[in-house]
Amino acid sequence: MNLVIALLSTRTFITAERIRETVYGYADSASDEAFSRMFERDKNELRDLGIPLETGRVSQFDPTEGYRINREAYALPAVELTADEAAAVAVATQLWESPELITATQGALLKLRAAGVDVDAADSGIAITSTAVLPGLRGSEDVLGILLSAIDSGQAVQFPHRPTRSDPYTTRTVEPWGVVTDRGRWYLVGHDRDRDAPRTFRLSRIGDHVTPIGPPGAVTRPEGINLREIVARVVNDPPGGTRARVWVAAGRATALRRRGTVVGPRRLGDRDGDELTVEFGMSDPLAREIASYGPDAVALEPQSLRDDVLARLRAQASEVTA
Amino acid sequence: MTAVSTRLVRLLNMVPYFQANPRITYAEAASDLGVTVKQLRDDLNQLWMCGLPGYGPGDLIDFEFSGDTIEVTFTAGIDHPLRLTSPEATGILVALRTLLDVPGMVDPEAARSAIAKIESAAGTLSHGAEAAVDEPAPVESEAAAAVRAAVRNGRALTIEYYSASHDMLSSRTVDPIRVVLVGDHSYLEAWCRSAEGVRLFRFDRIVDAKVLDEPSAPPKPAVQAEPDTSLFDGDPSLPSARLRIDRSASWMFDYYPLRVIRELPDGACEAAMTYASDDWMARFVLGFGSAVRVLEPESLAQKVQESAAAALQAYEVGADSTGR
Repeated sequence: MNLVIALLSTRTFITAERIRETVYGYADSASDEAFSRMFERDKNELRDLGIPLETGRVSQFDPTEGYRINREAYALPAVELTADEAAAVAVATQLWESPELITATQGALLKLRAAGVDVDAADSGIAITSTAVLPGLRGSEDVLGILLSAIDSGQAVQFPHRPTRSDPYTTRTVEPWGVVTDRGRWYLVGHDRDRDAPRTFRLSRIGDHVTPIGPPGAVTRPEGINLREIVARVVNDPPGGTRARVWVAAGRATALRRRGTVVGPRRLGDRDGDELTVEFGMSDPLAREIASYGPDAVALEPQSLRDDVLARLRAQASEVTA
Repeated sequence: MTAVSTRLVRLLNMVPYFQANPRITYAEAASDLGVTVKQLRDDLNQLWMCGLPGYGPGDLIDFEFSGDTIEVTFTAGIDHPLRLTSPEATGILVALRTLLDVPGMVDPEAARSAIAKIESAAGTLSHGAEAAVDEPAPVESEAAAAVRAAVRNGRALTIEYYSASHDMLSSRTVDPIRVVLVGDHSYLEAWCRSAEGVRLFRFDRIVDAKVLDEPSAPPKPAVQAEPDTSLFDGDPSLPSARLRIDRSASWMFDYYPLRVIRELPDGACEAAMTYASDDWMARFVLGFGSAVRVLEPESLAQKVQESAAAALQAYEVGADSTGR
């Protein structure tokens, strides 16, 4: 603490010797060696905490190396948050469950409060229940924590990965560039060393044992790369929506009605109802949605959609074989 | 981080904290700093012995204690908190960005500007999560914005709500209690005047909302009770279905609160799922076709089967009258 105060208060570089003489706690060192050991340890501690310790010549005429802390780089610049912004931060800081991320956000919160930001979660009218998770992150938060810290330190990672829940795990080695969320799903984007190409991995498909490998600083994210675009290319529906015609019974299938456009009333057999048009994409769950309404929704067109729904219904009409 | 480092960081941030919060009480300060009052007193005793080289009366960090409040009177140059480390910034920024996608939790505009301010204060852009700077804020639905405003200002609301369990739109007047995040979704917890009970309304199913010019007045006991999360905790008083889930539908585990019972040799899986409404559960399962089958309870399996049979009949009828 006293070392930080002394090094912050000086504009010029001060020598180790002067630190030993003047800074409280060092003068008691029994020997030069004991002092050096202690001073080295303290310098490393400060650097580990991200405190910007600088070295330089004591003066123009004295080439001896001295130390100081860069005030600019040390201090958190002024942060002024409006009440709404502070409320958003208060909610955000309650979402994590893993120890690393809780420690990190609590640390950030302490600094923001020290900067005079009033972050108080108590009166926000928002409750986070014990079953709550960041949407889409069920069971993957520890994995996320390790990945984020590897990305921060520029380290490659190795992890077990499986394309679907029922496939066996294989080990992948990846230079991580970043984590992206896309409609509630979490993805790691990076350079896959085995495939020698950029790859996207769903976090829920990554096994628990993520290990950073190799030296920190070995991974740099390529300039001008847009992670969001990479993810969008992989996961989004190919464009070219199809239009379906669907019959729905009167007063039923509310969610489907909201999704489509009512063309007009129409009877099916002896039941009143409406005909809808619904736009849908390649991997759209429209067939599942229509099938779920049973006799209250009937796919009319296209035939492929009709067949898909029929196959689902036939399967469910048969006896279950456990 | 070692205990010693943690304490050093806390001590360094504590001095500007007291500067920013003059005459704060021990209890408040301890809670803000995340320590016990005893630890806070120990920390203050430690700080009192720190200061500028020379360590004379005018060089040491100085506090004024009056009654149960604390004020810093000399900071020895420790006027600013430390910069955010990159994990700290990432922890907050990633959570904020995710909240942008959850309706009703925060004002998206405010969350976005908070992201920008924290990013710039953190200096080095944390690249753990993509910078959100160039993205437009997701547009909050008018309904979600109205509900959020009603909760904040304690107003009653009329909502148009889509009930998935009854497959129905209904209009009801409610007294908001709070917004809750349960499982993967955000809900408005409110006293429903027509049902005369506390209900959870999923934000993405509130189709329309109108703030009323009267205060929200839920009965007291309803406000004090914890949010009802029985559906998500696997509450034994609610029915639970045993399902056979084919490998092609294993993505379900990412989205629904399923509990694995056993893995089957063909890659399928037996799992349990708690549900509140028979109708909803039957529809849910039916849509999956062969990929998800009900093993138990028998009544549910039968319901699904009957619905499927009735639907097939509708297709027979429809085949004669598709008008082509």
